[in-house]
Amino acid sequence: MKIHEYQAKEILRKYGVPVPAGEMATTIEEADAAAKQLFSAGNAVVVVKAQIHAGGRGKGGGVKLAKSMEQAADYSKAILGMQLVTHQTGPQGQKVHRLLIEAGSAIARELYLGLVLDRASSQVVFMASQAGGMEIEEVAHENPDAIYKEYVDPAIGFQPYQARRLAFKLGLEPAQIGEAVRFMMGLYKAFIETDSSLMEINPFITTKDGKLAALDCKINFDDNALFRHKDLKELRDLSEEDPLEVEASKHALNYIKLDGNIACMVNGAGLAMATMDIIQYAGGSPANFLDVGGGANQEQIENAFGILLSDKNVKAIFINIFGGILRVDVLATAVVAAAKKLNVKLPIVLRLEGTNVEEGRKIIELSGLKFQVGATMKEAADLVVTAAKGVK
Amino acid sequence: MAVLVDKNTRLIVQGITGREGTFHAKGCAEYGTNVVGGVTPGKGGTTHEGWPVFNTVEEAVKATGANVSMIFVPPPAAADGILEATDAGLPLVVCITEGIPVLDMVKVWEVVKRSKSRFIGPNCPGVISPGKAKVGIMPGRIHKEGNVGIVSRSGTLTYEAVYQLTTRGIGQSTAIGIGGDPIIGTTHIDALRLLNDDPETEAIIMIGEIGGTNEEKAAEFIKANVRKPVVGFIAGQTAPPGRRMGHAGAIISGGEGTAESKMKAMTEAGIHVVKSPAEIGERMAQVLGKA
Repeated sequence: MKIHEYQAKEILRKYGVPVPAGEMATTIEEADAAAKQLFSAGNAVVVVKAQIHAGGRGKGGGVKLAKSMEQAADYSKAILGMQLVTHQTGPQGQKVHRLLIEAGSAIARELYLGLVLDRASSQVVFMASQAGGMEIEEVAHENPDAIYKEYVDPAIGFQPYQARRLAFKLGLEPAQIGEAVRFMMGLYKAFIETDSSLMEINPFITTKDGKLAALDCKINFDDNALFRHKDLKELRDLSEEDPLEVEASKHALNYIKLDGNIACMVNGAGLAMATMDIIQYAGGSPANFLDVGGGANQEQIENAFGILLSDKNVKAIFINIFGGILRVDVLATAVVAAAKKLNVKLPIVLRLEGTNVEEGRKIIELSGLKFQVGATMKEAADLVVTAAKGVK
Repeated sequence: MAVLVDKNTRLIVQGITGREGTFHAKGCAEYGTNVVGGVTPGKGGTTHEGWPVFNTVEEAVKATGANVSMIFVPPPAAADGILEATDAGLPLVVCITEGIPVLDMVKVWEVVKRSKSRFIGPNCPGVISPGKAKVGIMPGRIHKEGNVGIVSRSGTLTYEAVYQLTTRGIGQSTAIGIGGDPIIGTTHIDALRLLNDDPETEAIIMIGEIGGTNEEKAAEFIKANVRKPVVGFIAGQTAPPGRRMGHAGAIISGGEGTAESKMKAMTEAGIHVVKSPAEIGERMAQVLGKA
């Protein structure tokens, strides 16, 4: 689960990690009030920052520095409600519903700090780099030695000597080391206690008067751990997510929207991915990833059809089911009933295999619906690609 | 011979009184696995579906001589269940549970990797040696006893591969589902090592998916150590970066974990990589000269 920068900074504050003073605003009035307060507190610069989940906001025009109330008001008006396009939003962009109005900082150096699970070592790794403000993936790709890493022993956690080592490698001044260690220990504690899967401070800055601060902060939570964090769950912003994905998640369907026109309904995550692959291999383009799970019943199939049909790009539907524990005839009955109930008009191609497959195919044949059945996965993929091309 | 599970397997089920635990304990027993009991804290001393239930894994092992545990404990308590099973000294622990918090697994793995237990999963379908024993949730009847070993991160894709083999008259020695989570006990390399050392296994199918770099490492291992033919498939060739494709571990992040990189490494290691999941069985048949 992703959260906004302002929410991430709230969390950092709780853990004693310094962040610039600021307020979240959802209206121009709130933005003006926040800016006024920051200017009257003596800040020479106020930053207006678009709050969307995608990165690259600055380059897209979603972050502006204001030197006066008037300027701040102009920027707030321009950014709030804009369709912000960044390299992570896709060409359609993401609408800005919230702003962070923040005190400007006198930046001396821009550095990077990050915490993430390292799958190779099965440990949390604490990363630091002097190349702050850049995409860390780029740094990792072009100059991996520029990223310093400390692996965390889960038995004892991140240790002060590790923080110190990173702080010295970042070239911080001797007078800043103590604060940097406190900063990093706070970050680690926040990471563990919130069950984060990613925490990035980019940039992590030193100011001209020698202080340290998290100028930006990105936190992702481990979805599997949200059951023990009711408070964090409430930070979810549904307006940042695809409406179809939000709808699917209500029905416990594993759905991800893609750009193609062939909808897929599959049981099992691995087979669902492989189904997308075989569609492309057959010359088509998948409209989604959808795993209906191993225990799909008629209601779930109906829900799944509902989601797939709401995607207006969809020209044909590919149902790829391998009946294991769940029998093919049971599934076929559910698919027929759901398709009749929802009056599905688009071509549907099925590929059914596994337990009780003969009975299942018979149910499809006798349904009176214009289903096409592929004998093999490849044949079904070819059929659905042809069907999608035939639909205007 | 097969590996991991066979006629000597004495299985206990942690969470045996739950819905999933009951269903699959029965499924394993029906397949012919020697299920000797189960564990549900607080229900010790009772019998469930004819099996003795124990309060702790330690008691269950002492009373039944169990050597394998299959875990169905729900996510909040699953990590604890894994630790209890390895602490009781079971040689093989298989965790089926999906949805365990990853930081729980970070801690668990630190302990389990130093234990005497082999740990498989979590979030996996389990292990089956066709004709001998099934410890997992896979449909037993699609399998056929034989000589192809399988290692896979995905349940349904394993069934798919098994079915493609069985319908071509090709049997399997052992199919190992290693699980779709970012932190797993037995990796591709561990499973490959077992299958490579198994005299009954003549050829191997390796199924991977996007996320992490385990398949790349497995390819290096195969290049250096495995002389048996290997057929490979990677799911998620069309998956967009940054999105979790169902499995917690199936995500391309930071430019790492793409299907392209895995397929390249596997091809370079001499693995017969198929681009389409429909070609797994056919390619294996060709490799074995049975096409």
